[in-house]
Amino acid sequence: MVDTKTITVTVNNEEYTSTVNVRKNLIDYLREDLGLTGSHVGCEHGVCGACTLDMNGQTVRSCLILAVQADGMEITTIEGLPSEGIAEELKKSFAKNNALQCGYCTPGMLSSALEYLNNGGRANKEEIRRHISGNYCRCTGYQAIVEAIYDVAENGVSK
Amino acid sequence: MTGPKFSFDKPGKYIGQPTERPDTRRLLKGRGKFVDDIQLPRMLHAAFLRSPVAHAKIKSIDTSIAENIKGVVKILKGTDFIGIVEPYVGVLSHLAGLRSAPQMPLAVDTVRWQGEPVVMVIANSRAIAEDAASEIILDLEDLPAATNTEKALDKDEPVIHSEFDSNLAWERTVDVGNVDEVYARDDVVTVEKQFLFGRHTGVTLEARATIANYDPSENQLDIYYSGQAPHMMQFIYAKHLDIPEENVRVTAHDVGGAFGIKVHTYGDEIATAAAAKLMERPIKFLADRYESFMSDIHARDHVINSKMTVSKDGKILALEYDDLTGIGPFSMYPRTSAIEANQVLNLTGGPYTIPNYRANAKVVFQNKNMMCQYRAVGHPIAMALCDGLLEEAAAAINLDSVELRKRNLIPDDTYPTTSTTGMKLDDLSHQKALSKLIEMMDYEKLKKENADLKKQGMYRGIGFCSMIEVTNPSPMFYGIGGAPIASQDGATIRLDAGGGIHVASSVTEQGQGTNAVLAQVAADVFGVDMDRVQVTTGDTKTTPYGGGTWASRGAGIGGEAVYLAAEALKDQVLDVAGVMLQSKPEDLNIDNGHVIDNLSKEKRMSLADLARTVYYRGNELPSDMSPELIATRHFRVTDTPFVFTNGAMAAHVELDIETGIVKILNFWAVEDCGRVINPMLVDEQIRGGVVQGIGHALYEECLYSDDGQLLNTTLADYLVPMATEMPEIHVGHIETPTKTSVLGAKGAGEAGTGGAPACIINAVNDILRPLGVTNYQIPMTPNRLLDTLRSAKI
Amino acid sequence: MKSSAFQYELPEDLSSALKLLNSNDLDILPLAGGQSLMPMMNFRVAQPDILIDLNKIDSLKNITIEGDYVRIGSMVRYCELEQSEIIQKHFPLIIHVIPYIAHSAIRNRGTLGGSVSLADPAAEMPSVLITLNASIELSSSNSTRSVNAEDFFKGIFETVRKSNELVTSINIPVSSMPKKFGFYEVTRRHGDYAIAGAVVTSDNGQDNFNDTRVVLFAVSTKPMRVPKSEAALNGNNFNNQDSINEAIDAVTGNSFERDLHNDETTKETLAKVSLKRAIGGLNG
Repeated sequence: MVDTKTITVTVNNEEYTSTVNVRKNLIDYLREDLGLTGSHVGCEHGVCGACTLDMNGQTVRSCLILAVQADGMEITTIEGLPSEGIAEELKKSFAKNNALQCGYCTPGMLSSALEYLNNGGRANKEEIRRHISGNYCRCTGYQAIVEAIYDVAENGVSK
Repeated sequence: MTGPKFSFDKPGKYIGQPTERPDTRRLLKGRGKFVDDIQLPRMLHAAFLRSPVAHAKIKSIDTSIAENIKGVVKILKGTDFIGIVEPYVGVLSHLAGLRSAPQMPLAVDTVRWQGEPVVMVIANSRAIAEDAASEIILDLEDLPAATNTEKALDKDEPVIHSEFDSNLAWERTVDVGNVDEVYARDDVVTVEKQFLFGRHTGVTLEARATIANYDPSENQLDIYYSGQAPHMMQFIYAKHLDIPEENVRVTAHDVGGAFGIKVHTYGDEIATAAAAKLMERPIKFLADRYESFMSDIHARDHVINSKMTVSKDGKILALEYDDLTGIGPFSMYPRTSAIEANQVLNLTGGPYTIPNYRANAKVVFQNKNMMCQYRAVGHPIAMALCDGLLEEAAAAINLDSVELRKRNLIPDDTYPTTSTTGMKLDDLSHQKALSKLIEMMDYEKLKKENADLKKQGMYRGIGFCSMIEVTNPSPMFYGIGGAPIASQDGATIRLDAGGGIHVASSVTEQGQGTNAVLAQVAADVFGVDMDRVQVTTGDTKTTPYGGGTWASRGAGIGGEAVYLAAEALKDQVLDVAGVMLQSKPEDLNIDNGHVIDNLSKEKRMSLADLARTVYYRGNELPSDMSPELIATRHFRVTDTPFVFTNGAMAAHVELDIETGIVKILNFWAVEDCGRVINPMLVDEQIRGGVVQGIGHALYEECLYSDDGQLLNTTLADYLVPMATEMPEIHVGHIETPTKTSVLGAKGAGEAGTGGAPACIINAVNDILRPLGVTNYQIPMTPNRLLDTLRSAKI
Repeated sequence: MKSSAFQYELPEDLSSALKLLNSNDLDILPLAGGQSLMPMMNFRVAQPDILIDLNKIDSLKNITIEGDYVRIGSMVRYCELEQSEIIQKHFPLIIHVIPYIAHSAIRNRGTLGGSVSLADPAAEMPSVLITLNASIELSSSNSTRSVNAEDFFKGIFETVRKSNELVTSINIPVSSMPKKFGFYEVTRRHGDYAIAGAVVTSDNGQDNFNDTRVVLFAVSTKPMRVPKSEAALNGNNFNNQDSINEAIDAVTGNSFERDLHNDETTKETLAKVSLKRAIGGLNG
């Protein structure tokens, strides 16, 4: 018997009501049921960080949360990052520093970086490195990502 | 010649500039299109039951419970593919003597490595397919497994393929000069070391992924591919599934990292395509992380016994080694698993003048996952081996290792020349690169600082590597041996009616920035803004025929094809413009989207006006004027097997002698990849490559039990480099353009991975050697270093 | 890598949860923060018939002072622990150690009760709780008991918790926060589980080690308290190198467990280094 449950989730400011299989992870729900494929699946065991996104103001690994656990929650994925303010500044800085190559780690990396910046993270490369050390990147060697976050921490949001 | 040629005399608007990649806009919005992002109507999902043991006979497979699970559509065993998939064998005729057994997508009667796919389950969802796979009962009769590389050729070791007399897949010997005569001299010093390079793998963050869709009405197979070589795969699917090649379309959109992992033929992917053909429905297969570790190709796995002889005044006189490398139960199709050993033989000692050289490589089968080409094939082995021995030799004759390098590097003014092993070398700059490196890192100051800190109980070391890198390969790499792997690449550039251009290229993008580089070249050479350039790559249906992206060839070969096509299109446009403007084409040029007067730079007409006239109002043109604004050009390297690059790198590390933990304090890399089209992207290739090299040196290893069980199949116990531990990587450039192309660009994608391990190994041994010990087993884990340090004099 | 199918229960109070745990003999697993159980389910190492999600049980989410001890509800997440004024005031050792536990996104979900129940021998918190003389409260539908942290952990992923019990709180006497503590762990990468680690606490009246606790982690099947090391230190001056050396030497002779990358000898070596550095880094 397939156990299902109906949930209501707000994703990127839109409310969705869906009936989901209870064993489905949040990341699979977002990608398969809502078509929000910007968040990526890298390991399904909570280590790589590619599926990191914001749930109720905190970063979480969406492969380690069941979709049913997101009932009543507010979720922001890479698709829902605002086109202004610190998120936009961060995206610009990522492009400018080439802080992404294949782009697979990028959704999780942006989410972790935003958490750092929104919590008052300083323009300190060691602290930035520590904060993103739960996010794997196999392409860049991390330096460009650190620089991109550093630049935003230092310069803030340009007018 | 029609119009003026592009000039490299002054800085380009794009070529040579750190231009942002247009592709990042899409990826930063979450609008990328990776294989798993694609959902097709009526699509099914595949999961594989894989062998739990390293070697066994398949006695029976009971699928009766699995078949009855709701949502399971089809279960296929190895035998079900007989007659549907033509078996494949990973051999190349130019690797004389290389042998391997025929392979089927799933094991048919024998399993030969833990992780080999045995049964395919196709269901309405991946979860259901996994449910069913877990209910299949495999009855296996265990066979003894050959897992120890060093014992693989022993008489009492199980032979993996009964048709062969031993587990030897290939052997090659190189013998130049006479090493024995050198050994007989009494004015020389010989150092001897064993090097052990563990197995590791690529860990692409997006694991392997395939969707196959088959339309019987047109006998058309469409493959959505996460990989590097679409045309190669088109050939392979066509040949082995018996479909005309033109009816197979392989499309690669965004690829989440590849690093050589995604340029091979994997049984589970072939099975997915075969099943799609059989079922006439789209099927998606995504390797999960667990099966990635067990089935993505592994790399390296070398045991090398080696020695180097130098004269007391610091001349390298002889290099000799035996390389034993384990490749798993088959040679991978179609590139084969002998290329790495071959490259080790070809490349070792390549930066230096070494008059006497003897080397033997043996490639052996094992009951482990298959080993094949991964980023910097053979390079990290070759560089760590030669430069490690060089550091040892320098210490033995009490000479600074930089000085020993200087005395033996092939001088910059002697090119073209040939390496000891017969490689054609040209346009290299070892001496300049080393000088620049020494200057960047302030070597003398650093050495003094290390010596001072040692008095305070801090153990710091410096390690170097001078290297060569194989880039822009010619047909001599694979094509000559019969593989369906193109070494030429093509570009088609079309002027669109709106005045923008569209570039279609056969090289592919996996994040390196290939598309951006192609757009930069096209925009500059043709004369439009980069915003008006669209690039298509990764599609066998809409791009010219070519090899794809591997062996650091995207910019050098793909870029050159775009260069040539852009010049050709420009000639076409200026011919038309000449007629329309009543001017000589050679007096006109194209700039910023306009035909201009080449002398006065005055705008004469926009490209949009020109294109619209040609496309819509052909009546205004003379009847003998061809309405053609599209040009295709192909490029291949001739007269040399590879276009070599060179580099010099150094690492500064600190060893915690109590914990065995190595901290990398700084890393410097000077690279000569010829003309740099985009310095930001080249720097990032170097940095990313260095960090993968650091991974090999310190962290990454696929660990096997004696009976062939892979012990680390999660990211929690297979360690890759993370942000906190990685150093700042300082990149410098020497630009010696290759004479083999107009653009003069060589590759840069693998240099870091090729050179970094040597630097780390040498830096750690720079610390260990004065303590009376050395370690040449990588990865250099705390466990291994502590073990070494136990016999150190501290 | 998808988990097998299960029945999902989301009780809103503790008694419902305990009743569900008790309801039949199926494989029933409670889900706390999910940062270890979810991977195990995705790998199908854990295949529960029924999953009881504890995340809606508010009574398990509080940190309160109850008389002479602090009660930490088992569903308190690491991020909440870190932000708690009560913990900051009374247990700076816990605050000091939290940043070493995995990464922010994991700490945003992971719970103290989950970590304690899992009993990963490489985890930091079990050892910290032993030095703090914490007790673990276990409840079933018909009884509640309290087990000293030192007696709670039995082996690799093994505790005294019975299958019908839940860890409901972790209780730490306010008085047991030592005046001095030292913590050191050896990891190859920031945030990884340790290869070896040590927690040392001492309740000093003056300049001497007093009521010292030495607990090593990630070197055996469970947190390893080393009474001989404690005895070597007690009563001696914080700077008495002989007693410190004696304490470190006393680590030898214990039984060490290898892991995938490190053999027993390395574990012993690194346990001693961790202890040495934990003592060397004693605060206060």
